[in-house]
Amino acid sequence: MMPMRRSLATLVGVATTLFAAALPAQAQAPAAAPAAAPAASTLDAIRARGTLVCGVSTGLAGFALPDSQGNWRGFDVDYCRALAIAIFNDPTKVRFVPTTAQVRFTALQSGEVDILSRNTTWTLSRDTSLGFDFAGINFFDGQGFMVKRSLNVQNARQLDGATVCVQPGTTTEQNLADWARGARVNIRPVVIERLEDNVAAYNAGRCDAYTTDVSGLAAIRATQQNPNDHVILPDVISKEPLGPLYRHGDQRFGDLVRWLHFGLIGAEEFGITAANAQQMLASDPRPEVQRILGRTGELGRMLGVDNAWMLNVIRGVGNYGEIFERNLTPIGLQRGRNALWTTPGGLQYAPPFR
Amino acid sequence: MSGATDPRLLRKAPPRPLRLSWADERFRNIVWQVLVVGGVVGIIYWLWSNTTYNLEVRRIATGWDFLWREAGLPIGESLIEYDPSMSYFRALQVGVLNTLKVALIGIVLATILGTLLGIARLSKNWMLNKFAAAYVEIVRDLPLLLQLLFWYALLQGLPGPRQALNPIDGVFLSNRGLKLPFFVWESAHSWALLTAVAGVVATVLYRRWARAAQARDGQARAVWPAALAFIIGAPIAVWAAMGAPFTPDVPALRGFNFRGGIDVSPEFFALLLGLTLYTAGFIAEIVRAGIQAVNQGQWEAAEALGLPRGRVMSLIVLPQAMRVIIPPMTSQFLNITKNSSLAVAIGYQDIVSIANTTLNQTGQAIEGIAIIMLVYLTISLSISLFMNWYNKRIALVER
Ligand SMILES: N[C@@H](CCC(=O)N[C@@H](CS)C(=O)NCC(=O)O)C(=O)O
Repeated sequence: MMPMRRSLATLVGVATTLFAAALPAQAQAPAAAPAAAPAASTLDAIRARGTLVCGVSTGLAGFALPDSQGNWRGFDVDYCRALAIAIFNDPTKVRFVPTTAQVRFTALQSGEVDILSRNTTWTLSRDTSLGFDFAGINFFDGQGFMVKRSLNVQNARQLDGATVCVQPGTTTEQNLADWARGARVNIRPVVIERLEDNVAAYNAGRCDAYTTDVSGLAAIRATQQNPNDHVILPDVISKEPLGPLYRHGDQRFGDLVRWLHFGLIGAEEFGITAANAQQMLASDPRPEVQRILGRTGELGRMLGVDNAWMLNVIRGVGNYGEIFERNLTPIGLQRGRNALWTTPGGLQYAPPFR
Repeated sequence: MSGATDPRLLRKAPPRPLRLSWADERFRNIVWQVLVVGGVVGIIYWLWSNTTYNLEVRRIATGWDFLWREAGLPIGESLIEYDPSMSYFRALQVGVLNTLKVALIGIVLATILGTLLGIARLSKNWMLNKFAAAYVEIVRDLPLLLQLLFWYALLQGLPGPRQALNPIDGVFLSNRGLKLPFFVWESAHSWALLTAVAGVVATVLYRRWARAAQARDGQARAVWPAALAFIIGAPIAVWAAMGAPFTPDVPALRGFNFRGGIDVSPEFFALLLGLTLYTAGFIAEIVRAGIQAVNQGQWEAAEALGLPRGRVMSLIVLPQAMRVIIPPMTSQFLNITKNSSLAVAIGYQDIVSIANTTLNQTGQAIEGIAIIMLVYLTISLSISLFMNWYNKRIALVER
């Protein structure tokens, strides 16, 4: 037995030395070694693959929910479709990957999805240590509470001692803890990963209240059997700027997503709609409109896509206002802060197209 | 190995020089082994360098500093003091303890229930026998996750706190869980508990002495009076000597929830119930097989000596069956521990749930997964080591 074991030990030694000798050569060219360096642009990878892979939520009415035919519908979904049109001029060249709040970041970090368009809040740590960049804010939101009307609760402070259902892996759970501490309110959390199970627990009475972004509350309330049995409390305990995010460092892809969002805002500002885009291209005298629609200038090409990108996008999904109205107005959300900057209180604003 | 080995067997073949030729088997072996080991080392190096490079390019944080950062995550139930202003490290400790809590209680309960069911499977009573058989079949054929969701949904179907079931004074059962009355824990109680633990040790020692004495003089000595004195009497005396403090802490409905008393959450209860009932099905089969593996002759011989059936079981059959039962039992204990990670589905905050949230919030997936692996590996190895030790202890001593 002994000699055998010794020879194995020698072998391991020899092998390690061999590879140690090979190390410096590799270490000098680290960029060449890794197979899927993220520096290789996401846009190129998407083109090579022929489809965009878009991370959305598992099912939140108005934002991302498959309809009865299995087609994904919603505000976040339309952003993915718009991006697919910008890149491929084809709204079907996108694959949707449903992600829970908990797993969404690993999915983006690992490259399983190209982009997250999934009611995700822009925070400092997500922008830095998690390794992402946010392309902008397409929905200004804040966190609220929903309770059963029968509880007769008027404001959040009355929730002292209450049990609250919350999804893990969200800013929501952290805000809840922060708020409870600051307001000296005693809260018992129930933390369930899947949205469906979580809402079921709230409905069964396991929790007195449900907390998440107000937009999420509206979506959940709208899909309740009897929406009027539930009230969203007036208190908003946080800022939740939601928007699409991609892997840090890919500026080229980031520029495209950012200007896609601005393009949708700009289109609304100039009154370009799905119905009139083609006609405006032919007859609108304003130079900026002509540049957005790609008749003049090189804006699309500067972003690395077809010059008619915005024309195709608007004809496909409409402008920001149309996307909002189609998806979010039905679940009872008002434009509010998400109105254009030209309306009092509105925050949606796009830099110039030139 | 004794020294009486035939000297001819000790003589080795004369060492043959290693030839650097493919025809030499030893040379071939060495080449293959160098290639395999080298390949493995190479793959590990490639994975490692690839990962660190990509993490670096994407500016994803690495390292363990995050452990000391404020966690800020709310946790519903905890065995140790916790609030969201404490560190991730503390939050992970809470998670480990929650995992251990459900795993240990689950192992004890599943063993008891499983053994009873296993014996029932062999019972001559038709009803009992068929009930146990049906139980085992149903429970083993349904996925555990489904069972957990079923129990959780069932518990959620209980009335709300205001209409809570109140079977006995101070006990409330509602969709917020089970509330039991308790008393305010003081240092006298801790000392009494400690005395009780010492009492168990003393009882074990006494029993060993009593056995040895019986072997000497043939006189049987009852252990229970000593056990009663050591485990019950002494702690009560200690508690009484320290002033016999007792302040009842009875749950009462205040606002949204019950306050006071102790609290068994629906999440914990559903998980414990699911794990116990599921694993008991497997343990029942192991126990049945173990008992059946004992030679029928042992029963007959014991009965010929005039031992009653119950004593034949406990003195003759079960000790022998144990040798067959223990090894597969170990893997059932490991299964309970690992299956407890399904807790995430029903909102029990075990180590997986808390580590997942931690890795979501810090973005440090690799560290988070490493923590989960480390925790399960440690628990599993501890269980295996203990069971191996126990298995050796009860192994047949051959003369
Ligand atoms: N904006 C918050 C919360 C986002 C979030 O995940 N909200 C939940 C509740 S509305 C959700 O969308 N869940 C859908 C899912 O898990 O599929 C964040 O970024 O952390």
